[in-house]
Amino acid sequence: MPHDHHDHLSPSGHPYRADDDHPLTYWQQMEIAVRELLIEKGVTTAAEINAQIDAMDARNPANGAAVVARAWTDPAFREDLLKDASAATRDMGFDIGPMKLIALENTAEVHNVVVCTLCSCYPRNLLGLPPDWYKSRAYRSRTVKEPRKVLAEFGVDLPDATQVRVHDSTADMRYVVIPARPAGTDGWDADRLAALVTRDSMIGTGLAKTPDSA
Amino acid sequence: MTKEPNTFDGRRWHDMGGEAAGPVPTDQHDFSLWEKRVDALMILASSKGHFTVDGLRRVLEDMGPEAFETMTYYERWIASVNQNLIEAGVYSTAELAQRMSEVTKRGATYGEANR
Repeated sequence: MPHDHHDHLSPSGHPYRADDDHPLTYWQQMEIAVRELLIEKGVTTAAEINAQIDAMDARNPANGAAVVARAWTDPAFREDLLKDASAATRDMGFDIGPMKLIALENTAEVHNVVVCTLCSCYPRNLLGLPPDWYKSRAYRSRTVKEPRKVLAEFGVDLPDATQVRVHDSTADMRYVVIPARPAGTDGWDADRLAALVTRDSMIGTGLAKTPDSA
Repeated sequence: MTKEPNTFDGRRWHDMGGEAAGPVPTDQHDFSLWEKRVDALMILASSKGHFTVDGLRRVLEDMGPEAFETMTYYERWIASVNQNLIEAGVYSTAELAQRMSEVTKRGATYGEANR
């Protein structure tokens, strides 16, 4: 029977995840053992682990999109966000923990992009866990050296006149990009605008969607 | 390839910024339950003071570039979380070895071994 590759793509265009019933790996074995020992030693509980997983699952780019849309529509909030993004997002009700967050505003003149060359630091407490490519050798290595080439691979081609600023994260300091507000959105409210804000636009490897593409 | 000791350029392998590399990979996977558990164990054990994110990174960086290429992200994380917890005296290597051996006897898949 011919093997039609497209049969294995989900509606979003990604391959379906392989079933998770492959033989137990050494590292999975270690995770089970470590988890059980931590519970038995009283360091944590099964309920606490489940609650932590739920909390991380609940963090996703929609949180960041709400922050960006508010910054686009509420000048006082935008000012607070640029001054202290940790405090401003906490005030909005997001549980960002002890994370030190810095907001970077994209404009017609300046485009910011975020990387972690040393490891995989990411504003995970706001946006959820980072995409796989963010942790890749290629992204970590090249973004600080040839950011325009890297951006072009993401489909972002910036005018030569636009200055590109690359921000290298650390464990103690994470960045979120406030993408430029798309043209043609005058009068839109924050909820409608939030739908234009993608994960990649908050890393700087994308732009906010335009009204006609949303 | 081995480097002469006196050729160290002041950077370790994980300090990748500026090096040449291929195209950025576009593959993405959904995190599986065991990976989410590793993430949760790191957050919980560190928030309770048993080790820090710096401890996590020290072990990851000492694992070297081979581990970066051959192990997945959360495989490296559980190795590091485990090393830090042993160093912190939370449990011993003997306790770990015994428990891992028990775990393997429960079944051939993660679902079966996770009781």
